[in-house]
Amino acid sequence: MKQVISRLASMVIVLIGVIALIFIMLRIVPGDPVTILLGEHYSQETIDRLTQAMNLDKPMIEQFFYYITHAMRGDLGVSYTMKRPVTELILQAFPYTLRLALMGVAFAWTIGLISGIISAITQNKATDRLFMTFSLAGVSLPIFMSALLLQYLFAFRWKLLPLTSSGSLVSMILPAIALGWNSAGTIARISRSSLLDVMQADYIDTARAKGLSKRAVILRHALKNSMLPVITMMALQFSSMMSGAVITESIFSIPGIGRLATQAIQNRDMPLLQGTVLFTTVLVILGNLVADLLYSVLDPRIRKAV
Amino acid sequence: MNSEKILEIRDLHTSFFTDKGVVRAVNGVDLEIGPGQIVGLVGESGCGKSMTARSVMGLVRFPGKIESGSIRLNGKELTGLTEKELRSLCGDEVSMIFQEPMTSLNPVLRVGRQVQEAVLVHNQSISRKDARKQVIDMFERVGIPEPEQRYNCYPHELSGGLRQRVMIAMAMICRPRLLIADEPTTALDVTIETQILNLMQQLCRETQMSVLIITHNLGIVAEICDYVYVMYAGRIVEHAPVFELFDHPAHPYTRGLMASIPQIGRNPEYLHTIPGVVPNLLHLGEGCAFAGRCDCAVDRCSRELPEMVHVREDHASRCFIISDAEFS
Ligand SMILES: Nc1ncnc2c1ncn2[C@@H]1O[C@H](COP(=O)(O)OP(=O)(O)OP(=O)(O)O)[C@@H](O)[C@H]1O
Ligand SMILES: [Mg+2]
Repeated sequence: MKQVISRLASMVIVLIGVIALIFIMLRIVPGDPVTILLGEHYSQETIDRLTQAMNLDKPMIEQFFYYITHAMRGDLGVSYTMKRPVTELILQAFPYTLRLALMGVAFAWTIGLISGIISAITQNKATDRLFMTFSLAGVSLPIFMSALLLQYLFAFRWKLLPLTSSGSLVSMILPAIALGWNSAGTIARISRSSLLDVMQADYIDTARAKGLSKRAVILRHALKNSMLPVITMMALQFSSMMSGAVITESIFSIPGIGRLATQAIQNRDMPLLQGTVLFTTVLVILGNLVADLLYSVLDPRIRKAV
Repeated sequence: MNSEKILEIRDLHTSFFTDKGVVRAVNGVDLEIGPGQIVGLVGESGCGKSMTARSVMGLVRFPGKIESGSIRLNGKELTGLTEKELRSLCGDEVSMIFQEPMTSLNPVLRVGRQVQEAVLVHNQSISRKDARKQVIDMFERVGIPEPEQRYNCYPHELSGGLRQRVMIAMAMICRPRLLIADEPTTALDVTIETQILNLMQQLCRETQMSVLIITHNLGIVAEICDYVYVMYAGRIVEHAPVFELFDHPAHPYTRGLMASIPQIGRNPEYLHTIPGVVPNLLHLGEGCAFAGRCDCAVDRCSRELPEMVHVREDHASRCFIISDAEFS
């Protein structure tokens, strides 16, 4: 319990650090949000008034604390371009991103794990080669390439699935595969090598010497141990899934957080960008925490250390 | 006569087919163990002791393979059995203890469960509860204090000595006819070593189990073995009852081993070592593998492989000096 609290405390520190970083970066890049917001033909007076209203005349440190204290109450400011509270925009877009990410993760984890395990069991045979070719393709193709490839084959050539996504389940299949393929490939390769590694361990010999069948040895002794590094990997995949979602959402025009962030960048909409980045950071950190907890459930040696 | 033997290995060849060539790890081994006998298998590191044991258990890993030979357990031929048939014998009629108690237990499973598993796999009709009770009784017998609590421990929560006791419990729980112990005490300190050896000896006496104990420590052999096989570069070079071997070592290699045992009262500066190194099993010549390091070697030794010759009734050695009638 004590460890969980200290973990949460360190999470808060990471969060504050991330906010500070975004804050500074957004103020270093050239271009004044006020003039961008107003266009070209406004008086200096209007600009001053707006600058004041947006707190941009205050010292950066004060803006920072203002932002943090409000963010803690769930107030992430108002979007410059959309004139609506950022929190509201994010909550509206989040279900789409969540669905995309969950489907992508589900695809990546199940397909990745299953093909990794089958590959390991059929090491160097045809199935192993086939799975490993697909995962290599997934790992080496950037998301926009695999997305275009999938769109071309499944939507354009074979007309099996819609080209863009309205957010419905079926229309999310292609984006989910495009998003999850890369992670599926990584997970497949890691779980394959991890399982092969574990099969070399001494306790596998013990299990076989005890009389367990090959299947029982894999299921009861090898799998759980081989999952330890895979789970860390899965958590990392979750983070890359968030950045992949940004690209995937724009290719398939899904109205999620990723597209919100892209729009925010294009319009130099500072509150919106800060809000989306902050929100994703929280998601990633939570993902890592869950992975750590899961890890400690699987591995008794670190159960006390978490 | 044959049917009396618990284990009977004849002309066993186990080799590794590597990219560099064929490594003949076990190169024609003959070995017998009678009921209730404690037999030692000694030799330098890399001479193929573990591979001999692993061949019996069907645990030789790729790219290794049993090429030829016969392994009989209670008269039943093991080579040529399917994996499934072999697994049903392992842990039940023959079981094995490994060198490293640190890594031989699965780190993510409770030790009690790991032992219980051995009961359940060979006895489908037993209930989990009864199996658990058997495990706790066995823990008690192998001297694990507070067996009920230890049952739920993970391996990392136990000391090396306790873990090795768990391994012994696991190996003994189905009352095997033969226990193979591959350097069971090498990783333990000396006091624990003595305890573990005494335990194995006592269990062996109580259950009429046979033991094959692999070691490079002649002290252990002297302490608990009835009979000894000396192995060198994949071959048995000498075998004899333990006292006979210590009193009349016949093979120059065995004599070298005896001379290199440190003894109290002898000046450690004169501690004898056998000159040279173990030959590479990848490039074995025609003749005796020990010829290059042997004081008594003659021309013939590096050209011809000596036969196993009987020195006495149950004492044989693979060396020309014996056939040349140094011994009667
Ligand atoms: N995977 C492998 N590939 C090639 N050669 C191998 C492999 N595994 C073992 N060997 C060879 O088999 C030989 C016998 O090994 P083994 O483990 O039986 O030796 P050992 O007598 O038990 O030695 P130690 O006392 O060190 O345990 C070694 O010389 C080693 O080179
Ligand atoms: Mg060995």
